Amino acid sequence: MSATKTTNKIICVHCGEDCPNRSIAIDEIYFCCNGCKFVYELLNENNLGSYYKIEDKPGIKVSDKLYDNHFAYLDNDKIKEKLLDFSDEKVSKLTLVIPQIHCSSCIWLLEHLQKLHSGILSSRVHFLKKEVSITFEHEKLSLRDLIELLTSIGYEPQISLDDYEIKVKSKKGSSLIVRIAVAGFCFANIMLFSFPEYLSSDGSLSDNFVQFFGYLNVLLAIPVFFFSASVYFKSAYFGLKQKVINMDVPISLGILMLFMRSMYEVTTSTGVGYFDSFTGLVFFLLIGKLFQEKTYDSLSFDSDYKSYFPISIIKLIKESEEIVPITDLKQGDRILVRNNELIPADARLLSSHASIDYSFVTGESDPIEKSVNDKIYAGGKQIGGIIKLEVLKNVSQSYITQLWNDANFTPPSEKSLSNMANRFSKYFTFAVVSIAFGAALVWMFIDPSKAIFVGTSVLIIACPCALALSTPITLGATQRILGRNKLFFKESATIEKLASVTHILFDKTGTLTKAKTSSIEYIGDALTNDEKALIHSLVRHSTHPLSVKLNKHLEHHQIFSVDKFDETAGKGISGIINNREIKIGSSRFCGHDSQNDESKIMQSQVHISIGHKYYGYFKIAVQYRDNLENLAFDLGKKYKLSILSGDNDSELSKLHTLFPEATSYHFSATPKDKLLHVKNLQESGECVLMFGDGLNDAGALKQSDIGIAVTESMSSFSPASDGILAGEKFAEMSRFIKFSNSAISIILVSFIISILYNVVGLGFAIMGLLSPLFAAVLMPISSLTVVGFAIITTNIVARRLRI
Amino acid sequence: MSVLFVLIGFSLLISLSFLIAFLWANKKGQFDDTYTPAVRMLFDDIKDEKENKK
Repeated sequence: MSATKTTNKIICVHCGEDCPNRSIAIDEIYFCCNGCKFVYELLNENNLGSYYKIEDKPGIKVSDKLYDNHFAYLDNDKIKEKLLDFSDEKVSKLTLVIPQIHCSSCIWLLEHLQKLHSGILSSRVHFLKKEVSITFEHEKLSLRDLIELLTSIGYEPQISLDDYEIKVKSKKGSSLIVRIAVAGFCFANIMLFSFPEYLSSDGSLSDNFVQFFGYLNVLLAIPVFFFSASVYFKSAYFGLKQKVINMDVPISLGILMLFMRSMYEVTTSTGVGYFDSFTGLVFFLLIGKLFQEKTYDSLSFDSDYKSYFPISIIKLIKESEEIVPITDLKQGDRILVRNNELIPADARLLSSHASIDYSFVTGESDPIEKSVNDKIYAGGKQIGGIIKLEVLKNVSQSYITQLWNDANFTPPSEKSLSNMANRFSKYFTFAVVSIAFGAALVWMFIDPSKAIFVGTSVLIIACPCALALSTPITLGATQRILGRNKLFFKESATIEKLASVTHILFDKTGTLTKAKTSSIEYIGDALTNDEKALIHSLVRHSTHPLSVKLNKHLEHHQIFSVDKFDETAGKGISGIINNREIKIGSSRFCGHDSQNDESKIMQSQVHISIGHKYYGYFKIAVQYRDNLENLAFDLGKKYKLSILSGDNDSELSKLHTLFPEATSYHFSATPKDKLLHVKNLQESGECVLMFGDGLNDAGALKQSDIGIAVTESMSSFSPASDGILAGEKFAEMSRFIKFSNSAISIILVSFIISILYNVVGLGFAIMGLLSPLFAAVLMPISSLTVVGFAIITTNIVARRLRI
Repeated sequence: MSVLFVLIGFSLLISLSFLIAFLWANKKGQFDDTYTPAVRMLFDDIKDEKENKK
């Protein structure tokens, strides 16, 4: 269990990050920070050292210490009540979402929480959902203590207003499984009972048995018809009500015909019916449905502003502080916002000074300075000291939240039902019905007694089982392959829609650029390692984003203690180390008058002066994602591209080198501008695919035909969207789109195959030769061919595109 | 041959009991989490570890 040493790097035993030096250690074990060391000690004291044996470096870097009363709102009874699943005099139960759960060590530790505190009775992890259910005695351990305990070991639960308002446990998938189980059970048994009849084609089976089997089949078919198949009837009914002939209409027609005809044959003893085909059909169709309903448990596609906002806020009543749920906040209330807390509503600043980071809203991370009486929009984060605010608007009517409530913004509730199969089914249904009537009419003249038999036979054999299966199977397989590549679609139907995209929009910050890393370059007099160490020692005391970036850039240098540290907001930081005065900040702050006007400088510059001597500056520029130009070139060949950014146009010349000439640019766009831009494009007949990341893109993402949220870590929040893409896979997007488009061709070929089967079947039906055995063989064969074809070709295409 | 009627009835009943068992297990959440139990069963008992050390 010793620290892993590479050439000259030491890796933290707890979290696996590089250690800056060897100052934090227990014996021969090194840590990157005191947080990690604390967790290690805590676990070892409580005999939980196995945490480090199950997986290598399993820990989560403990984030900076939060305010002591960060979780104070958990003492509020109203909030407590909503969060707890169950509570009596002694015991409480609750389920928490912990996005950090990632390995078996996590499971092990979280299931042994009772070792850390005797108040915890039991805990159970649901790994795929990243949830942990905890039972605890609330007299020994309050809810707040529990959450603080979890946070202290690195597993901070995700508690958001969303969970607070409604706690829904979806049971969507399970009812489908029950339907499949019933259909499968009845199908298998009916097959068994139908076999004797098929094998004794010469009629040697005694009538008693024929009748007995017949009635057993009726008995088994009834639950399939009324329970399992009811989803198709409902869907067909709703479709017809909206004057849409969807795929479920011909399916329902076929199912209905199969069932009625079979019932008639058995009850009148004129035949054995098609119960095996009927139940088999329903069984296969439902399995296709299950395949399509691939869901990603741990991802949330519907989070809106509520997920970003805190649950509670400190309200000032006269001069006393009280913690209230954010939903109780009213206009005119005075609130306190601390360092790194989100401002929940549009407000007026009462304190003299504030520095607001709007990165959630605009994606731009440089804080904006505000002074007394300035209006501050919701969604910003306070950086620095505590500020006092007066609420101007209710939470739901703020600048950023109104996007969701705006009358202008009405997301189409059902994003167009007309997928390919449904468009096709209109013609298909008309064709089948007219063939059935035509054949029946012809047989009226040949042999009137057989007319109805032929008409129903046509409807039965034409039931588009294989046709209906091809779409869900192909799209489901495509969705799974893309999911393996970290492009997660909410529904498989989105893949079909990708094929009709004509216009692609990109957000800039956080989507085209990397959110966390930036390129840092030093220009000026060369710095010695000693001087770099001085800079590092100073910047690590500042929370300014540029300082944070610089700190990360210089993290391998030594750390000295700083005297007289001072931060002048908007200007820079200064301090004295080893009797040398160091100033870091704007050029004027460092006593250097630059010739060019600072406001026009494209990148951020951090100037350095040591001991009253000006040295030079660090140029911190945003870093674009790798291979961006290849992606832009590939996509530009087929689609119209636009860049829609909330920032100013300072990066324009750089973007020109990355994107094709035809790209259009829109800068300084507000969230609403973005939304309207998408709307305008749609009105001019474009089908819009949008990539975005921040809350500022949320409206536009929802309005676009397909909105894909780009995110650095799968566990963090992403705005409501149709898909979530891992940032590192962004450059491969053109291949993903190609792959999705090929899925559409695969579906088309599957259509043709299943139509060929139908033509053969129809031939027999029209000639009046359709027998139950023939139907029972043809239907599964056609379905299996189509399913096999769809899955195999999808995988071959994926391999060929190296996905 | 009439004993066949009884036997077929029995076979149907037995298979029905399997269906009911499945539906019951599904309702009780036996299939909700298909990953964690597989990991959980491999963990050593923590009490044993303590005794060994003593």
